Amino acid sequence: MFGYVTRRVLSAIPIALIAVTACFFILRLAPGGPFDGERALPPTTLANLRAHYNLDLPLIQQYFIYVGRLLQGDFGPSMVYNDFTVAEMLWIGLPFTLMLGFSAFVIGTIVGLVAGALSAVNQNKWPDYVLVLLVMVGLVVPNFLMAAIMQLVFGVYLDWFPAGGWQAGSIPHLVLPITVLVLPHAGRTARLMRGSMIEVLGTNYVRTARSKGLGTRLILARHAIKPALLPVVSYLGPGLSYLLTGSLVVEQVFALPGIGKYFISAALNRDYGLVLGTTILYMFIILAVNLIVDVLYAWLDPKVRYR
Amino acid sequence: MAGITGKDAVLSEYARKLETLDAPKGRSLTQDAIRRLARNKAAVLSIFVVGFIILFAFVGPYFLPWTYDKIDWSGIRKPPNFEAGHFAGTDQNGRDMLARIMQGTQMSLIVAGVATLVSVFIGVCYGAIAGYFGGKVDAVMMRFVDIMYALPYILFVIILVVIFGRNPVLLFVGIGCLEWLTMARIVRGQTMSIKEREFVEAAKAGGAKPWTIIFRHIVPNLTGPVVIYATLTVPEIILTESFLSYLGLGVQEPQTSLGTLISFGAPVAETLPWMLIGPAVVLVSLLLCLTYIGDGLRDALDPKDR
Amino acid sequence: MKQVLKVEDMSVTFELHQSEVHAVRDMSFSLSEGETLAVVGESGSGKSQAFLAIMGLLAKNGRAGGRAMMGDINLIGMAPSQLDTHRGKDIAMIFQDPMTSLNPTLKVKTQLSEVLVKHRGFDQQKAVMTSIEMLERVGIPEPVKRANAYPHELSGGMRQRVMIAMALLCQPKILIADEPTTALDVTVQAQMLDLFKTLTQDFGTSLVLITHDLGVVAGVADRMMVMYGGRAVEKGSVDDLFYDPRHPYTLGLLHSTPHIAKRAERLDPIQGLPPSLEHLPKGCSFNPRCAFAFDRCLVERPPLADTGNGREKACHYEGPMAYGKVA
Repeated sequence: MFGYVTRRVLSAIPIALIAVTACFFILRLAPGGPFDGERALPPTTLANLRAHYNLDLPLIQQYFIYVGRLLQGDFGPSMVYNDFTVAEMLWIGLPFTLMLGFSAFVIGTIVGLVAGALSAVNQNKWPDYVLVLLVMVGLVVPNFLMAAIMQLVFGVYLDWFPAGGWQAGSIPHLVLPITVLVLPHAGRTARLMRGSMIEVLGTNYVRTARSKGLGTRLILARHAIKPALLPVVSYLGPGLSYLLTGSLVVEQVFALPGIGKYFISAALNRDYGLVLGTTILYMFIILAVNLIVDVLYAWLDPKVRYR
Repeated sequence: MAGITGKDAVLSEYARKLETLDAPKGRSLTQDAIRRLARNKAAVLSIFVVGFIILFAFVGPYFLPWTYDKIDWSGIRKPPNFEAGHFAGTDQNGRDMLARIMQGTQMSLIVAGVATLVSVFIGVCYGAIAGYFGGKVDAVMMRFVDIMYALPYILFVIILVVIFGRNPVLLFVGIGCLEWLTMARIVRGQTMSIKEREFVEAAKAGGAKPWTIIFRHIVPNLTGPVVIYATLTVPEIILTESFLSYLGLGVQEPQTSLGTLISFGAPVAETLPWMLIGPAVVLVSLLLCLTYIGDGLRDALDPKDR
Repeated sequence: MKQVLKVEDMSVTFELHQSEVHAVRDMSFSLSEGETLAVVGESGSGKSQAFLAIMGLLAKNGRAGGRAMMGDINLIGMAPSQLDTHRGKDIAMIFQDPMTSLNPTLKVKTQLSEVLVKHRGFDQQKAVMTSIEMLERVGIPEPVKRANAYPHELSGGMRQRVMIAMALLCQPKILIADEPTTALDVTVQAQMLDLFKTLTQDFGTSLVLITHDLGVVAGVADRMMVMYGGRAVEKGSVDDLFYDPRHPYTLGLLHSTPHIAKRAERLDPIQGLPPSLEHLPKGCSFNPRCAFAFDRCLVERPPLADTGNGREKACHYEGPMAYGKVA
């Protein structure tokens, strides 16, 4: 098990490096730059600016400078918000985005697993139909539309929760944004869980367990849940990545102080430093979560540990 | 965006199943699946609804008195008014909402079509090559796919926006370039089993070149899974498009798309509800039907559920 | 001798979309203490479904009728929670495919010991100890190591031994083995049959051996029941049926079995295909494939009738059956 974890950690390093490299070069080779503003800057100013951000050096040299700094946790300066470094800006938005994302992730995963398992156990009875319907809603209503509907219904018409904005520590402000993030994640998780649970309940080994007279509850708890979790667990990595994506929109709609806001404006302003920094940070988070998921998978499926 | 409908998870599962099935059954499996799909009422109804939406988007504009960019100075921010010919009201600029919804749906569908074709093209070529040559080539190529899977997809899309600016066509070709991963996996698995079959052996014995074998003998045999995959990719791309347009990164004025319309409708939904309801209904029913079709296909394909 | 299981008029029906399929009809038999009964038939003859029904393990769309009396209790139609007090304790089952019948995510000892914890009320430690003893008993080398292994670390034969150990943990009165050797190598098959013989004798367990392999029957069983199209067509002692088959189908089965000793002999398979349970022929189900069928067979289904000497058969034909005329 320990060897397996070590191997997974080691194999994540080249992936991270390749990704950083790819992002760096793709962005730098793209036409246009952060200083192509609406009014042209005087050539000397432009040259100074470019020198300041090392943009006048050969690309390969810039790359090594960037990676070198990155290893020390320095994401470089922002090229548009010139008073801030990228690390500072990320530091402002990141805790909030992570808090939002992970709360939604945890809630959505639990709700999805429970709903999917219930649905499977009651296959083709009314709880199953109700859940399948709810899951469908979570799946096909895009998050930006769901956000608008939630805001309108629960924020404006019913006035149960604040329709937007943020006060530190205020749970009610989080209810709507988290709900919007939870719905599709819980829906997808429930769908996968339902499918895999139904499949597991039809396997020969569950039949064996029934032939041993173990009783439904023990069969579910000991024999069915663990193998049924496998496909769901392998979805959690991508799932978190979609969730963080969704939080871009949710932060925007509900005017929340997360990373998402900067990221979109940075992309439009061609703020290389900030786009690159955000991308790399997201990537690290996602790689880390994938790593955790792999370890979880190995715990669930004894066959994996020996590969 | 990838995985909105859980497509990747579903398809990876399907790919796994296909790999374990005997190759000769591959074909009849697909035919069988189509027959079973025809018996699935929800899926058949969905196919009709999608067909209707396509007609609505492409033929509908010819029956309207207004075009999507024509400004009616006498009808700004007006609710539906049949006498003036504004069947779904007008927006803040006095443009006919129904015409805009049709144009937006059209745009969303075109974009989805183009991006899906691009993704299918790349996925099929990549997967077939990896699967056919096998060994080291395969290992390296599939490792690359694994890496891509691990990366935050939407960030790449946004980087693409940075690269291509606001040229929607290039942008969606770019999105297509990112959507091929699962396709490649499926095609690879299928190729690996097909390449062992007699007709491929025969072609090899006849001295056919690898490329000829791949594109003349193997790819045509992949039609079933590829078509199904493509069907499932469409809603993903529609969502990605509407998501980007919603963020202001996609289709630009005066052209519009469902995402753009919703992004304009959402903030004013309290006072001008018709600006949100129309595009929202079209988008949701489109996605719902495409998802039901995808579900129907999956059920039809699952050999266990016969 | 004391009867441990008495099955009367049992039927198994599956509901399909628009139709019903009768997998088993009018099945009656009894099983005596310590006896081995072989149930023989082609695939689709309903032999497995009949016993899954007795164990309460039918698929969701399946229904069982009739009675299966184990002592005073009727296993058919019993509530699952009540059935669970007998399954695994008084009546156990071993399945065809040892590769998929063990849970891949649980250690062997967990899957064994839980039976004892449930039915004998052992604590975990004692249950594991007893399980390990049982593993040794079924001929697993290094039982402690195997007990701590996961199923995928064991070979097919080893897994089937684990299944046997699991089924015998509570020393059940009845053991149902559904094609227990089909998925195994030939060399392992013989060992496995030996094991069945010794263990059932040691524990006084009655064994039902479901198989399509007459070679297996000859070595182990006392009595046999031949099934065709969901019905029993002939019953009797193994010796009687082997040396003096009275039903043309039994005769056909015997002649389609290869004998190594008589290799020069040509195999004489039964012609045609097993019938579809949805469209059974009128009259005797076997008539389209039967060499002795006459007009009565086409209209009237022969009932299973006692022919004396503890034998029963369901056939109108009473004349001699010469070898080679089956086709």
